[in-house]
Amino acid sequence: MAIRYLLGNEGIAHACLEANIDFASGYPGTPSSEVIDVLRVQKERPFTVEWSTNEKVAFENALAAAWCGVRALCTMKHVGLNVAADPLMTSAYTGVTGGFVILSADDPFAHSSQNEQDTRRYAHFARLPCLDPASVQEAHDMIRDAFSLSEEFGLPVIFRPTTRICHSKGDVDLGEIGTEHRAAEFRRDPKQYVVIPAHTRVLHKVLNEKQPALKKRLVELGYNRHTVRGRTAVVASGVAAAYVQEVLGDDVSLAVVGAYPIDEEWLADFVDRHDKVLVVEELDPVVEEAVRQAATKTEVFGKIDGTVPYEGEFTPATVAAALEKAGMTPTVVFPAAAPVPGVPPRPPILCAGCMHRPTFYAMRKVFRDGIFPSDIGCYTLGLQLGAVDTTICMGASITVGSGIARSGEERPVISTIGDSTFLHTGIPGLLNAVYNGADMVVVILDNRITAMTGHQPNPNTGMTATGEESTPISLDAICRSCGVSWVETVDPYDLPVLLDTFRKAKERRGVRVIIAKQPCVITARKSGIRRKAYTVDLERCTGCGACRSFGCPAIAFVDKNATITELCAGCGVCADICPSGAIVMEGRR
Amino acid sequence: MKPSFDILIVGIGGQGTVLASNVLGEACILENRTVRSAETHGMAQRGGSVESHIRIDGKHGSLIVPGTADLLVAFDLLEALRYRHYLPAGGKLVVNRNLVVPTSVYQQGIDVPDEESILAALADLDVTCIDAAALAEEAGSILSQNIVMLGAASGDIPLRPETLEEAVRRCVPPKTVEVNTAAFRLGREKGAGAP
Repeated sequence: MAIRYLLGNEGIAHACLEANIDFASGYPGTPSSEVIDVLRVQKERPFTVEWSTNEKVAFENALAAAWCGVRALCTMKHVGLNVAADPLMTSAYTGVTGGFVILSADDPFAHSSQNEQDTRRYAHFARLPCLDPASVQEAHDMIRDAFSLSEEFGLPVIFRPTTRICHSKGDVDLGEIGTEHRAAEFRRDPKQYVVIPAHTRVLHKVLNEKQPALKKRLVELGYNRHTVRGRTAVVASGVAAAYVQEVLGDDVSLAVVGAYPIDEEWLADFVDRHDKVLVVEELDPVVEEAVRQAATKTEVFGKIDGTVPYEGEFTPATVAAALEKAGMTPTVVFPAAAPVPGVPPRPPILCAGCMHRPTFYAMRKVFRDGIFPSDIGCYTLGLQLGAVDTTICMGASITVGSGIARSGEERPVISTIGDSTFLHTGIPGLLNAVYNGADMVVVILDNRITAMTGHQPNPNTGMTATGEESTPISLDAICRSCGVSWVETVDPYDLPVLLDTFRKAKERRGVRVIIAKQPCVITARKSGIRRKAYTVDLERCTGCGACRSFGCPAIAFVDKNATITELCAGCGVCADICPSGAIVMEGRR
Repeated sequence: MKPSFDILIVGIGGQGTVLASNVLGEACILENRTVRSAETHGMAQRGGSVESHIRIDGKHGSLIVPGTADLLVAFDLLEALRYRHYLPAGGKLVVNRNLVVPTSVYQQGIDVPDEESILAALADLDVTCIDAAALAEEAGSILSQNIVMLGAASGDIPLRPETLEEAVRRCVPPKTVEVNTAAFRLGREKGAGAP
């Protein structure tokens, strides 16, 4: 149809439209979020799109749609698949009728993640097919065809792009958007959809019997392919295959693994024809383990023998270094180039005017000896403000907090969690804390939106993914119905009241909840809210640096005096912090 | 001969590096050329150091290897210093005469180099230094600094200026086409004339 310059995730979303998709759900997570973000605003193909409350919820909704015979997509980041792992494992047994694709985006180098886990391991675990694109174009083509593959084998298909696919751009050759829609119909079949032991034992056997044909099919489809060119070879998978092609000499054979499970016969046939094979893949040695199993006399190089790094993401330079270590000559010699030492770091930081900053400031001011379990979102950046002591996974701030409080640790525990994360997996932890009598404060950082991943709406926003109005839920009522008797909602821009609320919470026992509520400063600006900027009265500024500890990017220091830059969003909190009254609204004195 | 022309655009989250790289990508499409690029999304975006890799005529991966970039465009002096190792010795740098001090510097009392010492540390490169803020104001909006920088670098980019201008028009919000076109031209004039 047309060649366009697109983000990998945009190409993936377009391919789903080409494949006549009728249902899409997901939970935002970098680097996967833009797929649903494109689908929910596009107007070319009307169908059901939702942001779900968590990945398990998204998975089960999409699975059910596929059970009704329509084509369904479910998206998440790699760690989201942990949340959805329960339905994932058994969906391989029940299978699907409509094509069902699970997009789980991996993040080598953990650019925006808490770990570097490998989705391909889940595919192996669940015995489901997994597609692993090497380029943006291939990502588009693979996911377009994945729905047919899913229907051919009656199995969910896992699609595993990585950050450098999702967030790379390139010229993408697109097809026409599909115009066919299927009529959804649930066909009652308890032997398929009710996994009591008697049924599931049969379904397990069916799943296992599908494997040999599936492996052959992935070779036939060209996802697993090779070219024999000499006595040495490279086997590469995913985006690493693109880096290999950039530096590989034309006398070295190449096998590209783009899909799992790998056909062992195909692999053994390739490996056997070589004296030496180097395996290049990011994250886990999934392909390498298969190659080592297939090799009879061929020498194998990879992660396990230390030729290729286990951690982080690759570049063509990583591949060139691995080739040299394995005794193969890369076509490009990269210079040794190291960063200039001593350049001051510029880590990401909470925005000027962000509501999380005064909340953290007040929390630390009142609870000087507190322990601060936190969660996943923009507010994890509160680490720089000394306000984040733990982060492990979504929803764990409250459970880690109650665990610390009930372990015998005597210092006060104050957990912070965003509104979207609270609705994702925070509620069961709160219920548990109340039920078991934990002594702790929970602060819900309520900015009305899922901000970090690109401002997706959630049930707290008052709007669905497709822009329809929804009833905004009451966080206060949720907390009270979990059994919390002391719930206070406060505007974090009002520092005196905020401090007072924390002090009140400190005087009480049991589970206490503070809801700090103020729209995200970015969404507020986009919706037209403008606040007057603040300025420093240099006659009053003593250069004491009290505002420095607030850590706002709009506050700079010139000649030992504070100055407020054009980044100021007008929250006014620094004016309350300044002991000399030197920070004033512009135009006032 | 290198198969692709590799440009690294660096700056601070919020300065518009992604838009600038989008213009280059669109221009490649307009000239029927292949292109690969990589961007920073998610957590790293919030006011942090950001980088966009653009490989004109690229056919494989989107990442540029340090020491091999053909052009570095920096929206901030400190960021130019942070990423200068992407250029080979004597490589081409187009940099905005702008220095935003990271907030962590004030909080942690880290020493930060001043403008002169940064420029001195970059002097072994082929440097074009641009006052993008002044030119953007002249074009009609301080927000057009990213397009000023693109214009200033355009003389070193193997894409036709007409194509780049057309790509600017396609990529920027409709209401800002005039301002950004002016920004591109002012940047281009300055880039050609600058030492």
